[in-house]
Amino acid sequence: MAKPKTNTEDYLRMYAQMVRIRTFEDNANQLYLSAKMPGLTHMYSGEEAVAVGICEALTDSDRITSTHRGHGHCVAKGAEFKAMFCELLGKAEGYCRGKGGSMHIADQSHGNLGANAIVGGSMGIATGSALRAKLLGQDDVTVCFFGDGATAQGLMYEVMNMAALWKLPVIYACENNGYSEYTKTEEIAAGSIIARAEAFGIEAHQVDGQDVLAVNELTQKLVARARKGEGPFFMELMTYRYHGHHVGDINREYYRSKSEEKDWKDNRDPIIRFRAFLVEQGIATEAEIEAMNAEIEKDAAEAVAYAEKAPYPPAHEVDMHVYAE
Amino acid sequence: MREITLSQAVNEALAEEMRRDPTVFILGEDVAEAGTPFKVLSGLVEEFGTSRVIDTPISEPGFVGMAVGAAMTGARPVVDLMFGDFIYLVMDQLCNQAAKQHYMSGGKLTVPMVLRTNLGATRRSAAQHSQSLQALVAHIPGLKVALPSSAYEAKGLMKTAIRDNNPVVIFEDKLMYQDKAPVPEEEYLIPFGVANVKREGRDITLIATSSMVQVAEKAAALLAQEGIEAEVIDPRTIVPLDEKTLLDSVKKTSRAIVIDEGHQSYGVTAEIASRLNEKAFYHLDAPVVRMGAMDVPVPFSPALEDLTVPTPEAVAAKARSLCAGEMTDAA
Repeated sequence: MAKPKTNTEDYLRMYAQMVRIRTFEDNANQLYLSAKMPGLTHMYSGEEAVAVGICEALTDSDRITSTHRGHGHCVAKGAEFKAMFCELLGKAEGYCRGKGGSMHIADQSHGNLGANAIVGGSMGIATGSALRAKLLGQDDVTVCFFGDGATAQGLMYEVMNMAALWKLPVIYACENNGYSEYTKTEEIAAGSIIARAEAFGIEAHQVDGQDVLAVNELTQKLVARARKGEGPFFMELMTYRYHGHHVGDINREYYRSKSEEKDWKDNRDPIIRFRAFLVEQGIATEAEIEAMNAEIEKDAAEAVAYAEKAPYPPAHEVDMHVYAE
Repeated sequence: MREITLSQAVNEALAEEMRRDPTVFILGEDVAEAGTPFKVLSGLVEEFGTSRVIDTPISEPGFVGMAVGAAMTGARPVVDLMFGDFIYLVMDQLCNQAAKQHYMSGGKLTVPMVLRTNLGATRRSAAQHSQSLQALVAHIPGLKVALPSSAYEAKGLMKTAIRDNNPVVIFEDKLMYQDKAPVPEEEYLIPFGVANVKREGRDITLIATSSMVQVAEKAAALLAQEGIEAEVIDPRTIVPLDEKTLLDSVKKTSRAIVIDEGHQSYGVTAEIASRLNEKAFYHLDAPVVRMGAMDVPVPFSPALEDLTVPTPEAVAAKARSLCAGEMTDAA
């Protein structure tokens, strides 16, 4: 693990946030498997250290753009379970009044500019948010989350070029989970991903995305520099998704082995690793950690029960929000 | 009243709004010192600087996407898309991103941006620089679409577009940039969804957009010589559409031709004609007729290109035949 920080509260919050993401996803998966959730969803489990390490380095006025695999970003940027589960089930009390669902979930009040279901589709939005900050003299930073699959989109190179030309306060966070849907990243990405950013003169870092402290430490430095006008930056976060591309992608041995999945889960799990670190450093006891986990599970169960009973949006809302006043 | 060109009118609208609101800025290819190939933006960079009149690389999806993000976070970008034909390059950013953010977020996010671009053939620019693609974007819920038909409309609609809290696409007729029209010195805005009755008449309604308004007016002048009084209406915005003014006119005249420079099939003319049929059928004495551009890519040769767009003579001939009670050809 990266070198320890001194703030115990920060550590415990980072741990809790990672567990909240995992717990949210476990419940979402159950809702799908029990046919209570309309549509389908893309699980973030396994990648928690990326969202939490990055978002813990941001303030509420900093913006993020998220992806189809966006529950983790949403939780990490400050969202609450109730409104998230309501959104997942298409209920009126969801963050998007049930109009977005899993693929567009976002707590906008904490600077989340939305989960985007077009792969790479939010890169322009994130870079434009940074352009606005520079234009209006605001000091917020925007983080653009995207997967390795999105590095195949041309939009990325158009906006990185402009971000570098104009020194915009944007950080491109490439969550490399090894798979572009059902295809290994090495089959879709020629050369090096970070070298592509470097070609524009963008400082790029590759970091262990299973180490929340390493991710957090790097992000803190880059955010501080981006605020001072030294951006943009690029991070490639090496991580792994435990589930398939989406919850229905269950038999996936034709593209990756069970032993590979087991290896990541057993030996590189970001929550297990950070938990061991907390105990080893005397920051929390096993009992305290178990109590935290139990509290989060209880919160999630209550939020699911609440969302299941919550009303759907009334029919008259179907043509609301097409146009703003 | 003074007369200025459509180009000057757009320039004035942008300058006034940029003075009024520091969050308004311009983004696009060759918008600053060059002032665009049509010179519409000349002089703005001198007043507002390169931080608010921003030259971009030739990366249409990139800079349109950036406008969406800037708009979602508190700025009011006006994106310059050099030719309307380039809309195909930015469809994801415009139709999947800009148009849907407000709805997908349950009303929490807004995208107050303007995409200004152009339309119109007969400039000898061939198939990829001559299209009139307003129907494509008018089809997408969440976008508003304005089609100014003179300098007066160009200024008033642009100012309204910039203040609107939704993504607005404005198509200017690139053949009209140097056309002059009376434009007041004092500030005015033209509200969206309010059609303009350009000429009153009792025999037939000619509903025309953008470049086709002049065509309809000339057709009306030809018809007047024969004693046929045509009413000419410019909807000014097709989204939102001022249905009431169109229906009131058609109920009075009982005949209508809808004229728009986009391709005739599955186009703006079809949509308006269909609404008139649905809502004024029992007032009609003749089928509502569409007149759009031919369903061919725009050819280069002047001998061919001029055949592809409606002309005053063709509109007058069609109106004459409708008023005489003759059958019209099936499309």
